[in-house]
Amino acid sequence: MSVLVYTESENGKFKKSAQEAASYAYKVAQDMGTTVSAVCFGVEDTSALGNYGVSKVLKVQADSLKAFNAKAYASAIAGAVKKEGVKVVVLSSSTDSKYLGGLLSGMLKAGYVPNVVAAPDSVSPLVVKRMAFSNKGFAHTEITTDIKILGVSNNAFGVHENKSALTEENFSPSLEEGIFSTKSVNVDKVAGEVTIADADIVVSAGRGLKGPENWEMIEDLAKVLGAATACSKPVSDMGWRPHGEHVGQTGKPVASNLYIAIGISGAIQHLAGVSASKVKVVINTDPEAPFFKAADYGIVGDAFEVVPKLIEKLKEFKAQNA
Amino acid sequence: MKILVCISNVPDTTSKINFTADQTKFDTTGVQFVINPNDEFGLTRAMWFKEKQGATVHVATVGGPGVEPTMRKALAIGADEGIRINAEPTDGFFVASQLAEVIKNGGYDLIIAGRESIDYNGGMVPGIIAALLDIHFVNTCIGLEIEGNKVKAVREIDGGKETLETSLPLIIGGQKGLVEESDLRIPNMRGIMMARQKKLNVVEPVEAIHAMSDKTFDKPAPKGPVKLVDADNVGELVNLLHSEAKVI
Ligand SMILES: Cc1cc2nc3c(=O)[nH]c(=O)nc-3n(C[C@H](O)[C@H](O)[C@H](O)COP(=O)(O)OP(=O)(O)OC[C@H]3O[C@@H](n4cnc5c(N)ncnc54)[C@H](O)[C@@H]3O)c2cc1C
Ligand SMILES: Nc1ncnc2c1ncn2[C@@H]1O[C@H](COP(=O)(O)O)[C@@H](O)[C@H]1O
Repeated sequence: MSVLVYTESENGKFKKSAQEAASYAYKVAQDMGTTVSAVCFGVEDTSALGNYGVSKVLKVQADSLKAFNAKAYASAIAGAVKKEGVKVVVLSSSTDSKYLGGLLSGMLKAGYVPNVVAAPDSVSPLVVKRMAFSNKGFAHTEITTDIKILGVSNNAFGVHENKSALTEENFSPSLEEGIFSTKSVNVDKVAGEVTIADADIVVSAGRGLKGPENWEMIEDLAKVLGAATACSKPVSDMGWRPHGEHVGQTGKPVASNLYIAIGISGAIQHLAGVSASKVKVVINTDPEAPFFKAADYGIVGDAFEVVPKLIEKLKEFKAQNA
Repeated sequence: MKILVCISNVPDTTSKINFTADQTKFDTTGVQFVINPNDEFGLTRAMWFKEKQGATVHVATVGGPGVEPTMRKALAIGADEGIRINAEPTDGFFVASQLAEVIKNGGYDLIIAGRESIDYNGGMVPGIIAALLDIHFVNTCIGLEIEGNKVKAVREIDGGKETLETSLPLIIGGQKGLVEESDLRIPNMRGIMMARQKKLNVVEPVEAIHAMSDKTFDKPAPKGPVKLVDADNVGELVNLLHSEAKVI
């Protein structure tokens, strides 16, 4: 009757989202009086999971399952659910986890609540608080099916250390023929760059920057902070920046610790997608820009003067605190 | 090729969100409803398949009579026929079960849904349909090309994109990128007139489970005022982010 967490990895290492999902699963398991099992794909050394309250890990090592394939992964996880008699499955909010959420819900006839932002209100019945209306509201939702699936919002519950004794088991899910019929033929991903989904800090710029040639300072600022870069919708619509950087209600959601908005007015659709970020900073020439109402810190000023100074001050700060 | 576009009827992106006094329902007073933006991108891509490859395009919505203006708009944009499943869309599993039934009976080759509805941000309906019908599924789809039975799809991944090959029947969870913002169409007079003549079939729901229910709602706590730092004193911002906000 355990809680199962899908712990995502990249290049054989668990992602931060996996640590957060495991921390959440541990909280749910404690409330239910049970333990946490994890399932992972292509990870050799799983010992790190013992820091986040996982008691048992099902290791999938098949070569065919090293790279993400939604249908195959969902089937494998569903297999683990049946094998372990799992009642609650915990996922993260990564793009891959959200891909799996619906599939698993259909396969297991299990209610799925994504974007969960806090520990459960109660576990019997299971009621959780989740984001709705693109962060303009929250719903407290009860799942009424026997098996239940939760998707934990990025950065909302946090990573919590809980030491546990970890046992390992190799798990070879039985997969139907044809399960790999949707095939990956190419992955186009810049190696070593912080992604918006995983970043603690996101530096974002809008139409106030005037043109794509002015993004160098934004990239420099992101580099000093170890941040991901993002942009407003018109900036990606005009082709100044790639579509993948567009954040907001119709773009990528941002839930970082720090969000810096430069030359972005703060339209309601933009704010809806970034307001889950903990601390927001705005730099804008117009003191009436709506973003100032949504921000924690602000500078009324010209980005072309403020940003280079900010980069300089951050470099000094880093040198002092190194 | 027969295409079904699943349309969800959502509050306009500029809507202020309020809940009823007892906090148990979304208050629709004064709210303008529109085609879910992700579905509008999908519908526009479907129009391309219609015009360039001779596809037939139907749209389906699970909802009460109140969703018909939104469906008429989809017909005015160019869909051939509409199907309204006459039930309140109370939860994603129920909605997906209803749409799965329509898909099964309609013999569709391609089903276009959105990555998520911008109201409850469920992001689950296309995945559930894919599992219930055991058809191919590509989520966060930003590119789609079809030749005969063969499909080449691009999906957004964290930090980049992935190209996939698969085949029909297929369901996608689409988003911007399927078409560009500038490709979106505002219905013209002729489209609106023609939409009035098009069939909008109403079907009754089938028996299906409800997997969840929203008990109460609340709004984010109001924000305190912004702390302004002088543009000539940028170092102060660094100090505040370090010692007060503790984010660097
Ligand atoms: C259905 C729909 C969905 C949408 N979804 C999204 C979404 O997901 N994400 C999104 O971002 N938008 C979205 N939008 C668009 C949104 O309404 C705004 O148009 C957009 O966010 C504005 O982008 P911006 O702030 O970069 O540009 P602008 O609104 O033009 O703002 C530019 C800002 O830069 C400031 N500025 C100018 N010069 C300088 C300078 N030298 N230094 C500093 N500041 C300067 C200006 O004062 C201004 O505030 C959506 C719109 C619709 C209708
Ligand atoms: N009531 C509905 N009627 C028809 N399609 C829907 C409905 N709700 C959701 N969908 C489809 O499923 C997608 C994802 O919605 P959701 O899972 O609710 O976030 C939407 O973009 C629509 O394509």
